[in-house]
Amino acid sequence: MADGRKKNGFSTALELFGTRVYRMVEDVGNVFVLLLQCVTWLFRPPSEIRNIVKQMEEVGIRSMPVVLVTATFTGMVLALQSWSGFQRFQATSFVGSVVALSITRELGPVFAGLMVSGRVGAAMAAELGTMKVTEQIDALVTLATNPVKYLVVPRVVASTAVLPVLVVFADLVGILGGYFVAVYLLGANPYVYINKTYQYLEFKDIYTGLIKAAVFGFLIALISCYNGFIAAGGAEGVGRATTRAVVASSMVVLISDYFMTSFMF
Amino acid sequence: MPAIEIRGLSKRFGKKVVLDGLDLTIPQGKNTVVIGGSGTGKSVLIKCVVGLLRADEGEVLIDGEDVTKMDERELVRVRKRFGMLFQGAALFDSMNVEDNVAFALRRLHKYPEGQIRNVVEEKLAMVGLSKIQNLMPAELSGGMKKRVGLARAIASEPEILLYDEPTTGLDPIMADVINELIIRLRESLGVTSISITHDMASAYKIADSIAMLYKGKIIEVGTPEQIRRSANPVVSQFVEGRAQGPITAEHEEFIRFVRRSGESGGQEER
Repeated sequence: MADGRKKNGFSTALELFGTRVYRMVEDVGNVFVLLLQCVTWLFRPPSEIRNIVKQMEEVGIRSMPVVLVTATFTGMVLALQSWSGFQRFQATSFVGSVVALSITRELGPVFAGLMVSGRVGAAMAAELGTMKVTEQIDALVTLATNPVKYLVVPRVVASTAVLPVLVVFADLVGILGGYFVAVYLLGANPYVYINKTYQYLEFKDIYTGLIKAAVFGFLIALISCYNGFIAAGGAEGVGRATTRAVVASSMVVLISDYFMTSFMF
Repeated sequence: MPAIEIRGLSKRFGKKVVLDGLDLTIPQGKNTVVIGGSGTGKSVLIKCVVGLLRADEGEVLIDGEDVTKMDERELVRVRKRFGMLFQGAALFDSMNVEDNVAFALRRLHKYPEGQIRNVVEEKLAMVGLSKIQNLMPAELSGGMKKRVGLARAIASEPEILLYDEPTTGLDPIMADVINELIIRLRESLGVTSISITHDMASAYKIADSIAMLYKGKIIEVGTPEQIRRSANPVVSQFVEGRAQGPITAEHEEFIRFVRRSGESGGQEER
């Protein structure tokens, strides 16, 4: 022991807990500082439009396959499960409504958010982390370029704008997946299925899902960029930053989802 | 052309004092080489000069303007006068050589897009490279990376060049190529430069004056010849590369510190 005092298990655990809480509070504060810097640099010239479009391609087009596959199978399994449940009280005609509401309000945005956390969040943290440990971020600064403006702003803007678009497609294929299973595998009446889907689906169900998606996109990019920026200690540090980015952004997607749902319920 | 005046510069990380009231004057149009052992704060010094790190105390005056008191916007303006070559070249690995060299030119709109290609070609020629514009950094050797890094640093024609360990990690012949380039750039562009290195062969070759950094302070400044013949035991031990001398005790303490850090790091992992 450096201070010569003997520590018992309890005080060690307490110290560890305190350190973790302290670091978490520090991280939350730093993410807010990064957010403020983003807002400040967003409106200053030169425009980062080319960079934003490039990031939109990275976040949007490259994530499309994984989001579509996830949404299709989510819709399919949802139809299967709800059919099995609703059959017990002869309410299988409502499967279409359940699938549509669940997908648009909840599962479309949340699964797209989680997939983007894993794919794009990891890529952002790894790329920025590598740039940090190889002094490329310092090089940007010496080339009179603010790293937050050049690296973070385009990623955050692109991710916020593109995730709702991904979710529109996810909603569509999710509902189609449910329709396919219900009509072709379980023998539901296609007219009734479509009718019930339309009857109970409101515009609010769709746009609240899209608002959620935009918030997820914003949080994922901000948290992942932050973790990349604080990477230190070579390849191992980049690995740690990437893991932290994926875990933190996935958790934040689920936590913020609850609060947004309770607010927009 | 500006001279740089560093007065009472201090920087600490936690409890560790890295720079401790450092004073140094960098003359106009000359190459000043800062020497010192690994971990003595040479990189911290040039990062404070360019505003990559915020000093805790002291002043860094460039043409009378204090960099340490500037906000981010003012720093961006001042940094346009700087070029920096990083130890590992720090080329942007998502861009090819041309985009790397042209980076600042495009950001600062220094030339119309049509002219940028010619400027890139000219800067690459200055560092002895040609027809590599379309290669990616991963396809370049260590020496080529440094030369592209140098071309990028001089692309926007800076008044001050900072070299962070310009010859580290290179074979002796490539190290000498870089030394020659640094001398040629000073002669042809007339820039003021600060190099940091622990490679004495390089320091003697490129320096107009050499400053020795030890325990957070500049302990001696002189011409290469004066430094070579220094009576200061710390300076003479360092430049002659002797294991025995006043630096040894500190070196051993440093090794103990590294070992302790390694052990506590290992415990944390468990």
